[in-house]
Amino acid sequence: MIIQTIMFYVLAVVTVGAGVMVIASRNPVHSVLFLILAFFNSAGLFVMMGAEFLAMILIIVYVGAVAVLFLFVVMMLNINFAELRAGFLQYLPIGGVIGIILLAELVLVFASGAIDIEVPTTVASPTPPADEITNTQALGDVLYTHYAYLFQGAGFILLIAMVGAIVLTHRRRADVRRQRITDQVARDPKATVQVTDIEPGAEGTWKSD
Amino acid sequence: MAEAGVWSTYFYPLFLTIGYILAIVVPLLLVLAFITYFERKVWAAIQLRKGPNVVGPFGLLQPVADGIKCLFKETIVPAGANRMLFVLAPMVTFSLGLIGWAVIPFDQHLVLADLNVGLLYLFAVSSLGVYGIIIAGWASNSKYAFLGALRSAAQMVSYEVSIGFVLVTVLLCVGSLNLNDIVEAQKGLWFFIPLFPMFVIYVVSALAETNRTPFDLPEAEGELVAGYQVEYSSMTWLLFMMGEYANIVLLSGLSVILFLGGWLPPFHVEPLMAVPGVVWFLLKTAVVVFFFTWTRATLPRYRYDQLMRLGWKVFLPASLAMVVIVAGALHAFDWLPR
Amino acid sequence: MTASTDLLLEYLPIVIFLGIAGVMAIAAIAGSYVLAPQRPDRDKIAAYECGFDAFEDARGRFDVRFYLVAILFIIFDLEVAYLFPWAVSFSEIGLYGFWSMIVFLGLLTIGFVYEWKKGALEWE
Repeated sequence: MIIQTIMFYVLAVVTVGAGVMVIASRNPVHSVLFLILAFFNSAGLFVMMGAEFLAMILIIVYVGAVAVLFLFVVMMLNINFAELRAGFLQYLPIGGVIGIILLAELVLVFASGAIDIEVPTTVASPTPPADEITNTQALGDVLYTHYAYLFQGAGFILLIAMVGAIVLTHRRRADVRRQRITDQVARDPKATVQVTDIEPGAEGTWKSD
Repeated sequence: MAEAGVWSTYFYPLFLTIGYILAIVVPLLLVLAFITYFERKVWAAIQLRKGPNVVGPFGLLQPVADGIKCLFKETIVPAGANRMLFVLAPMVTFSLGLIGWAVIPFDQHLVLADLNVGLLYLFAVSSLGVYGIIIAGWASNSKYAFLGALRSAAQMVSYEVSIGFVLVTVLLCVGSLNLNDIVEAQKGLWFFIPLFPMFVIYVVSALAETNRTPFDLPEAEGELVAGYQVEYSSMTWLLFMMGEYANIVLLSGLSVILFLGGWLPPFHVEPLMAVPGVVWFLLKTAVVVFFFTWTRATLPRYRYDQLMRLGWKVFLPASLAMVVIVAGALHAFDWLPR
Repeated sequence: MTASTDLLLEYLPIVIFLGIAGVMAIAAIAGSYVLAPQRPDRDKIAAYECGFDAFEDARGRFDVRFYLVAILFIIFDLEVAYLFPWAVSFSEIGLYGFWSMIVFLGLLTIGFVYEWKKGALEWE
């Protein structure tokens, strides 16, 4: 038990610390790496709650895919971050207001008792008992049947993302030659190859295209 | 709590676990060292040469000599490089190559961490492999390294998708993400027979995922010198190589678990049953590793546009279609697991 | 409670394994750094180039296509992530679950065909 408690606090502290470093570090690449650290520790917290499937998906999707895109953008665009930071003070008031509103909301929620801290112990556990059913299966059992419409909604969002990405980034370049395999394979040798008998010594008639 | 209580509840299991881990890691590192020797001997044999034969009997000590050489070389960090990330990158590759082995079952229940989501864990570890390469390419601050890293990242990412679909098809036939269950499900028939197209896609994608010929574009010597590794020397370079080889063996081991029946003997007859499962597992893995070596000696390199086309236009639709076909067949013929 | 503790115990070796792997990597690099003579000079630590000093920082902008590949990868990775629990509880969710997934995959196939027709999958 004591190990679990220690592990929880270690993971939680590192998550929060890494989160702070994401916005505090000067080098944007370091920011992304700290973000990855935060994802890892969140995955650890998921495992501690018994949600191992979510932990793995968090790593596969967020660390393995989303953060790769972030790294691509941050590393390769070579944005001048000193310039971006110049406007920092300008945004401070509005950022501060949003922060204070969020804080006030959180305080209100906790103070009004809308979230009872005792609840997690009284209601059924959010994860099913681990010795009866693995939580991957528990998720699969309801996701595609009970929540089918939400699931299809997710499908639509992915479709829109896919189309959007192409519309925004795809440019067809005119200055390159592409390989068309079907054309290559379908090419008829009779139409393109000419076999000519040349008399030795005679002037040949060469046709070229 | 009494002194003895602390000892037996915490320290004893801890040391036991460390012992298990070392029992995996030490032989693994030895195997990795000798795979380099094995590869060079195989290529030599294919090309009618002798291969390493000077250091020790039959050149057997060659990997040891190589290791010592790397250890005593100077660690060069390029002037424009980001020092910390430059050193971090090979460490990431090396560690990822090792930790995947935590969930590989060598025999029935002979596994360090018997996760319910073992397959997802391996998928996650392999999807992280990109990081070592991107970080190396960026931290080196060299054009060759940078281009190599970009290519490599895009390539690994493209083939990762088809590997994901292949894993899903196997999963459909098993109904569990636990690697032990996946092997158990092949008691009757190894999956490479009914799922042969997926087996082919997996093996080819694994070649691309580990940046091996015919897909070794990131290190294409002719154009990119050595790709993302160009600025690395001594131990940092050795860690990259170890990590890469560990990944190759890991993906070979995974292919054995997914398609070739893991630790199961090929036939359920008495003399074969008596052989311990570990032997079967290692033997099959060795065969797949040999295949990896063989392709490197035999096949020319792909062009980059061909590589991307194969990944996105052939493997992706083919594996997606196979997922649907396998699922439909399981339903139609009532072959559902459990 | 015991079940979840068991689950956590399965993850403990992985944490220790990660620690050991990290320590080995650090030890290897540090060992080589200590054992081998380190005499860097200006030419030795210059970036690898073909004869000249590098003209500019190597980290330039590059083809937007690489971003497109990364974005498409995220989308397909999510698709795979949805397929995993479906495959695990395939025998529980019956025909309804099966068709539910087919519709989902159909949607994404529309996107895929669009990509193909637009030429986004071509590398030139």
